[in-house]
Amino acid sequence: MSDHKAPLWWTLYAGAVIVWAVFPLLWMLSLSFKDPLTFRDGTPAFLPEHFSWASYESVFADALFTSALLNSFAVASIATVLSVVVAMFAAYAIARLQFPGRTLLLSTALAIAMFPQAALVGPLFDMWRGLGIYDSWLGLVIPYLAFALPLSIWTLSAFFRQIPWEMEQAAQVDGATPWQAFRKVIVPLAAPGVFTTAILTFLFCWNEFLLAASLTSTDRARTVPAALSFFTGRSQYQSPVTAIMAASVVVTIPVVVIVLLFQRRIVAGLTAGAVKG
Amino acid sequence: MNLERRLGWMLSAPAFILMVLVTAYPLCYAVVLSLYTYRLTDPDNRHFVGLHNYAVVLSDPIWWSALWTTAGITLVSVSVELVLGLAFAIVMLRAVRARALVRTSILIPYGITTVVSAFVWRYAFQLDSGFVNQWLQLGDYNWFADRWSSLCVITLSEVWKTTPFMSLLLLAGLVQVPEELQEAARVDGASAWQRLWKVTLPNMKASIMVAVLFRTLDAWRIFDNPFVMTRGANDTETLSILAYRQNVTLVNLGVGSAVSVLLFLSVLVIAGLFIKGFGTDLSRARGD
Repeated sequence: MSDHKAPLWWTLYAGAVIVWAVFPLLWMLSLSFKDPLTFRDGTPAFLPEHFSWASYESVFADALFTSALLNSFAVASIATVLSVVVAMFAAYAIARLQFPGRTLLLSTALAIAMFPQAALVGPLFDMWRGLGIYDSWLGLVIPYLAFALPLSIWTLSAFFRQIPWEMEQAAQVDGATPWQAFRKVIVPLAAPGVFTTAILTFLFCWNEFLLAASLTSTDRARTVPAALSFFTGRSQYQSPVTAIMAASVVVTIPVVVIVLLFQRRIVAGLTAGAVKG
Repeated sequence: MNLERRLGWMLSAPAFILMVLVTAYPLCYAVVLSLYTYRLTDPDNRHFVGLHNYAVVLSDPIWWSALWTTAGITLVSVSVELVLGLAFAIVMLRAVRARALVRTSILIPYGITTVVSAFVWRYAFQLDSGFVNQWLQLGDYNWFADRWSSLCVITLSEVWKTTPFMSLLLLAGLVQVPEELQEAARVDGASAWQRLWKVTLPNMKASIMVAVLFRTLDAWRIFDNPFVMTRGANDTETLSILAYRQNVTLVNLGVGSAVSVLLFLSVLVIAGLFIKGFGTDLSRARGD
């Protein structure tokens, strides 16, 4: 840990961490380009013998996968927007108001964040069938919203606490109307926090598997993680391995793009929400 | 003052009601269901049996096997992640030039879908597609034929996916350790190892506790990795998979609900132990 040692060592360690993080991605990419018919002949190697786009073609020709992409995108987006809006009210109250329910709200959020979702699959399965929202977007959006709220509330309230709210009054003293003060001063200050919270919430919903596997049964609402895990291949003679990897690459691309673009924000959001709550 | 209180309640009400409604109501329903014999394959034969379902679950070795499997995965993965996560956090703090690049790359496991991570690792170890056996000269060793080797691969995937979260939380604690303390210890002749144990770790105790608490309760719910890799074969079933299988696959809602309630109680016990053991540190870390 000494600063006197050559910083070269730290760069080498950093390289090791990067390899550790990225290496499985390379394997996924490599496997997805292997020939789906012949990749199991002979001893398996890391790299493909010859590149093949066949798995990507079959994945995009498969209605199961394309509808799962649409379902995932729709459910995650709807749940994210609703969660962030509802959490904005709660986070504003937590950050700016003194009221007796504040601690109750924070403890409830903590309890929900630790709640074992598997304990709910039975009753939700039964209730959703009774209500007719089993295997529908709504049936997933409702529990996603509830389980994403703690993350949204913590992250947002941590950001809201850092906003210099006095500036709103200062702007009004300088002659701005309350609406102008809010729109020109507070909104630009709050927007980055809201945006970061939306990214984290979206990733949370995009990746959810247990509820998706339990509360959907067809391509009407089945999201990507659930569709992948139940995918058995186009025929019983063809291994689904390369197709699953191709689909995995496709759904990982948005994650990588988000990470590359918003690396700094994601780190700020994660640590602010979890450490300061 | 009264106005502020009312506004506070009004603003938090939607979030509060949503969270409670979606969790507490189904949980109460699970408690009720657990007292009945109730299969969706035979819905007319629903009748009250008291605590019988709990007796069925608790006397079944499958429950205990799932409990120990879950406990084992949790213990090993959280311990490994704590050490690895701390190492990564220190690297991110010290490797000044590569910091942004390291952060970006470790966010990839954090952001990736757990199901995808599970498939990637499964296919790396699987006999017909994986390179691991070739690289380790293991021949045709079947990782998924045996309980312990399957659990190793499951835990590996879990550790790869969740160490970044741990290390970012630890990094947030690490940067708050005053540099002057390090400097003072160095002047007094403390070695790097002594400074880590005597200066750095005690000063970031609160963030270590938060990270361990979050990850322990998260690992206790593990579902995605074992489901994709083994579906619970060879005694690798975890509590969440057991609850899923009883409720959704077998639609045996009576016994399944008993499993659900017991799973919930086990989480309560763990959370209670944490709060009892580290209560003061946790509340300090939460800044209240």
